[in-house]
Amino acid sequence: MPEAIYWGDVVFSLAMFIILLLLLRRFAWGPIMNVMKEREEHISSEIENAEKHRKDAEKYVEEQRLEVERAKEEAQSIIENAKKTSEKQGEDIIAQSRAEAERLKESAQADIAREKEQAIAELREEVGSLSVMIASKIIEKELDEKEQQQLIEDYVKEAGGRL
Amino acid sequence: MQHESPIVHDLFGITGFHVNLSNIIMLTVAALIVFCIGFFSARNLKMKPSGMQNAFEWIIDFIKNTISSTMDWKTGERFFGLGITIFLLIFVSNMLGIPFMIVNSETHELWWKSPTADPVITMTFAVMVIFLTHFYGVKMKGVKEYGKDYLRPVPFLLPLNIIEEFANTLTLGMRLFGNLYAKEILLTLLTGIGGAGILGAMGAGIPMIAWQAFSIFIGAIQAFIFLMLTMVYLSHKVLDEH
Repeated sequence: MPEAIYWGDVVFSLAMFIILLLLLRRFAWGPIMNVMKEREEHISSEIENAEKHRKDAEKYVEEQRLEVERAKEEAQSIIENAKKTSEKQGEDIIAQSRAEAERLKESAQADIAREKEQAIAELREEVGSLSVMIASKIIEKELDEKEQQQLIEDYVKEAGGRL
Repeated sequence: MQHESPIVHDLFGITGFHVNLSNIIMLTVAALIVFCIGFFSARNLKMKPSGMQNAFEWIIDFIKNTISSTMDWKTGERFFGLGITIFLLIFVSNMLGIPFMIVNSETHELWWKSPTADPVITMTFAVMVIFLTHFYGVKMKGVKEYGKDYLRPVPFLLPLNIIEEFANTLTLGMRLFGNLYAKEILLTLLTGIGGAGILGAMGAGIPMIAWQAFSIFIGAIQAFIFLMLTMVYLSHKVLDEH
């Protein structure tokens, strides 16, 4: 233990302390704290950036999702449309062919009827003239022409009714 | 084993201006070490800290947290330099006396020791801190508020409040001195036993190691306590807590 206060020590330690404080501020914690502050700012700005990017990304993802959804719906509707058109077309084709067939049948029937009619008429004429020829050969002498004709027609009518 | 101090009496011819050379040297060494730690930590600073910079940033954060635990950082920021200098200087000073001691064997003059094991040094720091608390108290709160604080919480406690200031000063300095002085004494004794012979060396070896380890602990704790109390006293004077 000191027997007196050493004022020299007091003065020296105070001076040393103040000098050390100033030197440390100048060379040690001053610059380091600046760097720390800088880093803090840097980190916070980076975080903000990251936040922003994340939000952007989320927005884009949402947009893309909607886009895909829409594309899907569109594809669905296109497929449905195609189905509907193809069905309609098929039905149309069937109906058309059915009508065509009907028409063909009708025209064929009409043809047949007409041919038949014609054939009957021809036949009738043929038969008429043949009968006349036959009859005239048979009964040439007994009948004048007028009566003959009358008779023949009667016969022919009779024959046509039987036909 | 009684150690003497290498004292130069009446320096510069001023009567009563004595100087303890050992204190001067050890304080200078401690300050140099602290400065080197700070200086080399702050060399080529990087945004991504590594090595020394990391360590020093840890110290800065530690001091910051200690200050923040006693007052808000906006008020406490101005005391940061004081805090970190006090802490590092006292911590390094405490550590200096642990690994070895240098004694002049003829005159028994103790040259290498912890400077904080000297009451003059610790009391100097303590008085400086208390003076600073008063200074900042007046500066930040005004003379009137500062004076009123002595009449709080009730006026008749005025004598106690005044005594408290002196008690604070004394305990702040003496606590540090007492711890460190005890550490030095016990280290000296153990060294003495260890040097006495083979038996002594065997007997004192393990306690020596244990005590040195404990001294490191004491040194760190005392440095922290000094810092903490400094900030507590400052906040007590600086903040309006009423």
